[in-house]
Amino acid sequence: MEAAAISASNIVKSFGSKRVLDGISFTVRRGQIFGLLGPSGAGKTTLIKILTGQLDRNAGTAEINGLDADKLTGEDNKKFGIMMDNFGIYERLNCYENLKIFAEIYGVKKDGILNALKKVGLENAKKTSAAKLSKGMRSRLRLARVFMIDPDILFLDEPTSGLDPATADEIHKIMLAEKGNGKTIFLTTHTMSEAEKLCNDIVMINEGKIVEHGSPQEICRRYNHQRMLKIHLSNGSDIQFPHNENASDKVAELIKNGSAETIHTTEPNLETVFMELTGKELAV
Amino acid sequence: MKNIKAVFMKQILDTIKNKTVFIQFLMFPIIAVVMENAVKIEEMPEHFFAKLFAVMFIGMAPLSCMSAIISEEKEKNTLRALMMSSVKPWQYLVSVGAYIFIMCMVGMSVFAVLCEHKGKALTIFIFCTAFGIILSELAGAAIGIFSKNQMAATSLTLPIMMIFSFSPMLSMFNETIKKIAGITYLQQISNILNGIGMSEISAKSVVVIAANFAVGLVLFTAAYKKKGLE
Repeated sequence: MEAAAISASNIVKSFGSKRVLDGISFTVRRGQIFGLLGPSGAGKTTLIKILTGQLDRNAGTAEINGLDADKLTGEDNKKFGIMMDNFGIYERLNCYENLKIFAEIYGVKKDGILNALKKVGLENAKKTSAAKLSKGMRSRLRLARVFMIDPDILFLDEPTSGLDPATADEIHKIMLAEKGNGKTIFLTTHTMSEAEKLCNDIVMINEGKIVEHGSPQEICRRYNHQRMLKIHLSNGSDIQFPHNENASDKVAELIKNGSAETIHTTEPNLETVFMELTGKELAV
Repeated sequence: MKNIKAVFMKQILDTIKNKTVFIQFLMFPIIAVVMENAVKIEEMPEHFFAKLFAVMFIGMAPLSCMSAIISEEKEKNTLRALMMSSVKPWQYLVSVGAYIFIMCMVGMSVFAVLCEHKGKALTIFIFCTAFGIILSELAGAAIGIFSKNQMAATSLTLPIMMIFSFSPMLSMFNETIKKIAGITYLQQISNILNGIGMSEISAKSVVVIAANFAVGLVLFTAAYKKKGLE
């Protein structure tokens, strides 16, 4: 059986007396986008550092491509790319020069740099100084740094944080295209819509512990306690009633007399699930 | 080796566009050339300005460049990106250190020409200035590692740099300062440079420079252990 792209088993990490990760376990299958969801300070970045061998753990196992994260060599490191949301860019250098530094480290040729710039839509900005790039372009340059090495596994830490919806959407398209090319993406985010749109599987963490795990649809169905229908009427008011065997008659009646303008089911989204589980919002 | 080469290349690309760092390498050699040729005072020691500015150059350029480069990379999180791209801290420090060392030695060649050193005198000059540059780099690296950002680094670098670099000059006018400055490596390097061709290197100079190196190493290690490079 093919090894999982990433696997974590009972990972524990403490800084001093503070336990930031407490028994984290999950498996990421190849070719999927896996989402790690949690509010700021939940331990997402710490977990990425542990999984990529940048940080020691106190207990548990972490593997990438079946290899112990502690024993990754320089060659193994080329098989995954990391983009952290706060990774800096050399302001005085242009886009091409910024990538050239890392190309040298990873042994990537000039074509590889140009292809990466093209992939993220920065081919026309290759000679533009990084200081003149917009926030979205900077994010794309960071992504290009990862794509340049053509890794099997991509760790993307909040890649769309602080971006406008249009730019975020462009980055989503790039990520979906990479998934289509068979890449495995480990995505951390606190944006629910992003996770729902992109991820095959998600893990929600709060205060260092996993609070839920599964596909976004599965999780939402699991917490669909209310099972209500919500109808917006043409007079501007809303009505709600249980989504049971009697519902169809009521809906039919409202449609028939022309008073139903829109009909919605009220299954929860990931945001409300997280709220129910932890009592707090994700986007904090 | 490729990691060291990559950081070295980055430093070359960056410095060409970084006026603050670049001017450090040019300022003292240019001032020395101008002063040596423009100012002639009777009874002034031979190559007075070249030797004076050579010592200042050793005390200022490597120290301020090293601390500025490291602290800027820390502040802007570019260092973190390098560290997570399999560049080891020692590789980064060696690359940046080697780059600054080479740039400073190029600057020192101007002083060597101004002082008209040849043969044994040139060997002593090169050896002595090279060691001084390495010592200043060590101090600069300790400050850069210890500081959270560029502003914090500047506030530490400036007074240290002024005290070390100006004390050899001030000691020419004041005996007390001369005694105190005698425990610093720059004063001893100044003594050696001024004595080339006239006197041998004293044991005191060697001991003081070695002791300064040991202190620099301890400070650097302490800063690295406390703060690391990320």
